[in-house]
Amino acid sequence: MRSGVPSVAQGRKGAVPRKLTYRLSASDRAFRAIARAGGVVVLVLLGLVGAFLFYRASQALHKAGWSFLTTQTWNPNGGGFGIAAVVVGTVLIALVAVVVAAPLAIGTALFISEYSPRSVQRFLVSVIDLMAAVPSVVFGLWGFELLQWRINSVARWINDWFGWIPLFKVTGITPHDTQPTATAYTSSTFAAGLVVALMITPIACSIMREAFSQAPAGEREGAYALGATRWGMIRAVVLPFGAGAMIGGIMLGLGRALGETIAVLLIIAPVFKIQLHILQQGTSSISALIAGHYAEATPFEVSALMAAGLALFALTLLVNFIAAVIVSRSRSGAVSEA
Amino acid sequence: MSVVDQPFPSASPSADAEPGVPSDQQAHRTTVPSRSKPRPPRTRRQITGIRREDVLAFAGAVAAALATTALLWTQLAPFTGIVGYIVVSWVLFVLIYALLVAFDNNRPTVRDRIAAAIVWSLAFVVGGALVFIVIYTGLKGWNALKHLNFYTHDLHSEKPFDPLTKGGVLHAMIGTLIELGIAMAIAAPLGLLVAVFLNEVPGQLNRLVRTFIDAMTALPDVLAGLFIYATLILIFHLPLSGLAAGCALGLTAVSIICRAAYVVLRLVPGGLTEASYALGSGHWRTVWHVTLPTARSGLTTAVILGAARAIGETAPVLLVAGVTQYTNFNPLSGPMNSLPLEAYILVSSGLQQFVYRGFGAAAVLLALVLVLFISARAVGGRGPGQLTSRQLRRLMATSRRDLTRYAERTVAGHMVAPSNTRSTE
Repeated sequence: MRSGVPSVAQGRKGAVPRKLTYRLSASDRAFRAIARAGGVVVLVLLGLVGAFLFYRASQALHKAGWSFLTTQTWNPNGGGFGIAAVVVGTVLIALVAVVVAAPLAIGTALFISEYSPRSVQRFLVSVIDLMAAVPSVVFGLWGFELLQWRINSVARWINDWFGWIPLFKVTGITPHDTQPTATAYTSSTFAAGLVVALMITPIACSIMREAFSQAPAGEREGAYALGATRWGMIRAVVLPFGAGAMIGGIMLGLGRALGETIAVLLIIAPVFKIQLHILQQGTSSISALIAGHYAEATPFEVSALMAAGLALFALTLLVNFIAAVIVSRSRSGAVSEA
Repeated sequence: MSVVDQPFPSASPSADAEPGVPSDQQAHRTTVPSRSKPRPPRTRRQITGIRREDVLAFAGAVAAALATTALLWTQLAPFTGIVGYIVVSWVLFVLIYALLVAFDNNRPTVRDRIAAAIVWSLAFVVGGALVFIVIYTGLKGWNALKHLNFYTHDLHSEKPFDPLTKGGVLHAMIGTLIELGIAMAIAAPLGLLVAVFLNEVPGQLNRLVRTFIDAMTALPDVLAGLFIYATLILIFHLPLSGLAAGCALGLTAVSIICRAAYVVLRLVPGGLTEASYALGSGHWRTVWHVTLPTARSGLTTAVILGAARAIGETAPVLLVAGVTQYTNFNPLSGPMNSLPLEAYILVSSGLQQFVYRGFGAAAVLLALVLVLFISARAVGGRGPGQLTSRQLRRLMATSRRDLTRYAERTVAGHMVAPSNTRSTE
């Protein structure tokens, strides 16, 4: 607001540009001070969160040293503890979620911005926003009571035919077993990942839809004028335009998936060893570890949990930072020439 | 229609003149291909609407896919399971549909149709999943929801196998509302203030705060709870209470409200604020009288959406609120339950009656979110500066009154100085 006054000097040679000063009134100064104070409060709050986590965690980190990153077991009161297993579990659950959610989100975003009739578009946008606001515990209950049993057949099928891929292997179950135990595939990374996928789909979708719908009309019509089909237009105009937002949305979803607590806590059966078989029962995640262990924790154990929380925060921060950079570098939102 | 047949073409070629037809045949003798054969009558290509071939191809593909899969499932192969049936018939549908379209269309069209089929099905899966989750929660909770006592009693004296006609989740509803109130009392002013700060006061601090707000969005909700646990409870020795839970929820809601409000504030047209500055009002007056009122509906939406998100957070509450089955009105002392936490605890207990009650609590929570969401849409959903018809009418009435007032003054012989005019609010 206070800049952009054209300099007089450009027109007349030798003329000294007029000095423009302004004096803030008392109310303006008070307003700015209060606004700044609000900003500082946020800084302090988040600084405190980070500092406290770090301070409380330092005790455990000090004792564990570097083995904190490589130990798989979680037994702070005696013996070793570390985050190797929980980090792997967290990342695997989040990856399953993203792999499932990315096509769903892209498809839904394209559907809303390109395929759906104009008249229902606003309604669909509201529905997606509403889906993003559905409490995670509702998704969690649904996954816990229904989904993890229903997807048993899918998991069995994947194991039967793709069990030779280490990721899909399930130990202790013979392939093509006609009468498998009912709980063989429940409480797995796969089940938790699917539920989390449904939770992050609307978040990623709304970011993508926003970008898709901003794809310049001139370029769209240009593509149509050159004889493109609708899909041809989408591939040539909409998808390249929204590429940054697509990656950014997926990364943002990944950030949410990494930190998701209650749905994961409900579904998984905690196991403190690196679990690379995503269909196998039992896995672990950092947030579920914290939520599940804080209650009967000794002060030192709380410190260890804080250290794990710090690792989680660092992870989500990194992912969100990358997402922010990608979104801001992309062309999405930029207006095309002419 | 054709110009060629005319012996003397008119000076201005008609609009439908074809390229290659000379406008002046006397000067340039160009050989025009003779049209001995009569041209077939041109039919207009239909480029919009639904064609019969499309409908037939679609219906045929659906029928063929369903029939083939049914044959596979019942007669040919030892397949079972509804999930597999759906997946296989979908794949078959796409293949057959592509084949049918390929009979009378070129390659790009086929690709277009396949893409459309896939996009429609993906959207259908997402929409179906949402509807299914909501309906499932409602149905499963209906056993508990249909009894009035579910809304008027708490659960402190109920034994695990008591029927659903006893006990309810009143304590959790009260707890949720109190905690939400505390959270919003913290998060709404702070979030809005920071949004105004980010929008109005540039500088070094601004950039720093923006980065921090982005980082705060990345903060997993369980860590907000852990932070409150580490500070309020372990250091200040506060008991597990509704206040602590409200603080944790507020911490998660600040960044949500702030980001949503910031986006809305940025959409306030620059012309409005500049007009305010040009009329000589200061920074604060402009923010208070122009920017904020213009963005009012959007800001309300931001706050309500923040509330809708905060109300459903379970993890922070799980860590700091404590669990009780008694009704507790006092956020300062004693544990306080809330709906998401109650749903989580009841369902994970695994007992049938408790599972029903848990789903009932989740359904009540869902209904609360829905109410918040619909009210957010009712208030907001309009861009800044866009008025409802009632607001518009009121504004026009004010404007008309002003006009008559000026007219009266001018008649009375007063010159109306600009500083005396009332602004149209």
